[in-house]
Amino acid sequence: MARIELKQIAHSYLPKPEAESDYALRRHDHVWRDGGAYALLGPSGCGKTTLLNVISGLIQPTEGRVLYDGEDVTDLPPQRRNIAQVFQFPVIYDTMTVYENLAFPLKNRGMDTARIEARVGEVAEMLELTPHLRRRAMALGADAKQKISLGRGLVRSDVAAILFDEPLTVIDPHLKWQLRRKLKQIHERYHLTLIYVTHDQNEALTLADQVAVMVEGEIVQVGTPQDLFEDPQHTFVGYFIGSPGMNILPCAVEPGAAVVGGQRIPLDGRLSDKAGAVQGALELGIRPEYLCLAESSANGAVPVAVKRVEDLGNYKIATLSLGAHTIKAKLPEDQDVPGEQAFLTFPPERTKLYADGRLVA
Amino acid sequence: MGKWEDNKAWFLVLPVFLLVAISAIIPLMTVVNYSVQDIFGPGDRIFVGTEWFEDMLSNRRLHDALWRQFLFSGLVLLIEIPLGVLIALAMPKRGWGVSVSLVLLALPLLIPWNVIGTIWIIFTRPDIGLLGVAINGLGFEFDHTSAPLDAWITVMLMEVWHWTPLVALLAYAGLRAIPEAYFQAARIDGASPWAVFRYIQLPKMRGVLTIAVLLRFMDSFLIYAEPFVLTGGGPGNSTTFLSIYLVKLSTAMDVGPAAAFSIIYFLIILLFSWLFYQALQNVGTGDRQ
Repeated sequence: MARIELKQIAHSYLPKPEAESDYALRRHDHVWRDGGAYALLGPSGCGKTTLLNVISGLIQPTEGRVLYDGEDVTDLPPQRRNIAQVFQFPVIYDTMTVYENLAFPLKNRGMDTARIEARVGEVAEMLELTPHLRRRAMALGADAKQKISLGRGLVRSDVAAILFDEPLTVIDPHLKWQLRRKLKQIHERYHLTLIYVTHDQNEALTLADQVAVMVEGEIVQVGTPQDLFEDPQHTFVGYFIGSPGMNILPCAVEPGAAVVGGQRIPLDGRLSDKAGAVQGALELGIRPEYLCLAESSANGAVPVAVKRVEDLGNYKIATLSLGAHTIKAKLPEDQDVPGEQAFLTFPPERTKLYADGRLVA
Repeated sequence: MGKWEDNKAWFLVLPVFLLVAISAIIPLMTVVNYSVQDIFGPGDRIFVGTEWFEDMLSNRRLHDALWRQFLFSGLVLLIEIPLGVLIALAMPKRGWGVSVSLVLLALPLLIPWNVIGTIWIIFTRPDIGLLGVAINGLGFEFDHTSAPLDAWITVMLMEVWHWTPLVALLAYAGLRAIPEAYFQAARIDGASPWAVFRYIQLPKMRGVLTIAVLLRFMDSFLIYAEPFVLTGGGPGNSTTFLSIYLVKLSTAMDVGPAAAFSIIYFLIILLFSWLFYQALQNVGTGDRQ
């Protein structure tokens, strides 16, 4: 168990990085709390795996330090950090039995046979691998193999954190939730620090109590699923979390209002004042869930054209256009949507402003 | 739903069947034909049954050549497979070194076999050959034309030089195909370099090594051109391998015994290739329940 601290960490795969875009991991600080269950969420190629490998020591970061419980481990190789890592494709030692696979990390560390047997027995019991212990690991299915990879991390009683790199990619859907539940159980039982890389937001939101969203080599927000939904700190978080994602509209700001496509959208007065002072391209962000659509004009509502309405069973998605911009609104199942012309209300307390992608607050 | 009975597809196999018939089955059957007859001239032949086979199986010189052949192929496998794997492990994994070492390795494989014999005759001559002069210069008597042991050493050296690159190339291909995650997991598990080799690299190379063992066994068991050019089977009969002996027989117009012997030869190779294949397929895969 450990608190993992990243200090001014940055990594580039190029020998001489110059521009910021040369970095797979942009310079930043981050702390992973002891015993936390984190999901690291982001699109493919955003640097999630690089970050994971920096933590486990498979990659030496170009810059910065990695600290476990305050102790600098940056220069230690992975086997001397107390870390376990589970990869996307199950890694098992083909010629060994399940027992030998699980015992391998302990044997390499010179533990005596009796203790190995006790440890392996306990882990196998928890992962429901006991009936297979004497079988060849190669003969088992992908889910059992992935459990073995996880087990090789768990057998070491000193393990500080387990890192998962999209471990359920090759698992059949109906086994996925079983394994996910197993992971949760293990986390509750051992209070290990858990970092789970995924690009599947469902997986991230169900498994973790804190979700870190990563884009282009940096972590842009860490928070509970609710934080990410209600209070996106970055336009990418707004767009990536939720279905459909947040509406992001380029805008200009006047006192008390944002102007989108020539229409004034009322804003909280303090927010528009702050926005007037910041540099960078301004964008207005609002979740489709918070928009109100009405047939007649109300105070502060803007006229929009209704382009399409999709009925998804328990809710409707309306595609609207405001000038040249497209907006999606998520409406209750029972609401009648006016034919062509309608009026849209942006609740000021839910309407966010972003400057160069970052929240103005 | 019933199957649509239409066997016209078999006609598509016909060209292959004809090709195999012409290239393999018909020549093989001619050999079978010769092996059971004594032929004196066109239209003048008698059926002799298994006489040639019995002759061959009790032939002392054939026995000698056979044991010599087993010793040779055994040594070839024992030296070339481990050496090839070692070379593959030592080869660079990326950068310009990869293409340089691949080209260097492939060079011996590109030389015609009888030219290889000639190269080694000159290379090992005690009077003008670079290697021959060097060894004699160090104070060792070395002459593959007169000493049987020297002849064996020379033939082995030539064979290892010629064919180890093939094993190395196959092993290298096998090594490169192992996903990076295996090595990463092994580092986290604290595996020693030996354990990485024993539990990851070697098992993952099983497929390519099976092919390497089969190819090297078959080829070395059939070896002809290089030792024929280099030593002509001598000194004495010390490097007369099976195929050299076979050619001596058939050029002496003993077609019947030579044909009988060819069939025995073919069956030996078939049997051993099958044994090797079975052994390598089963190694380390049995379920220990």
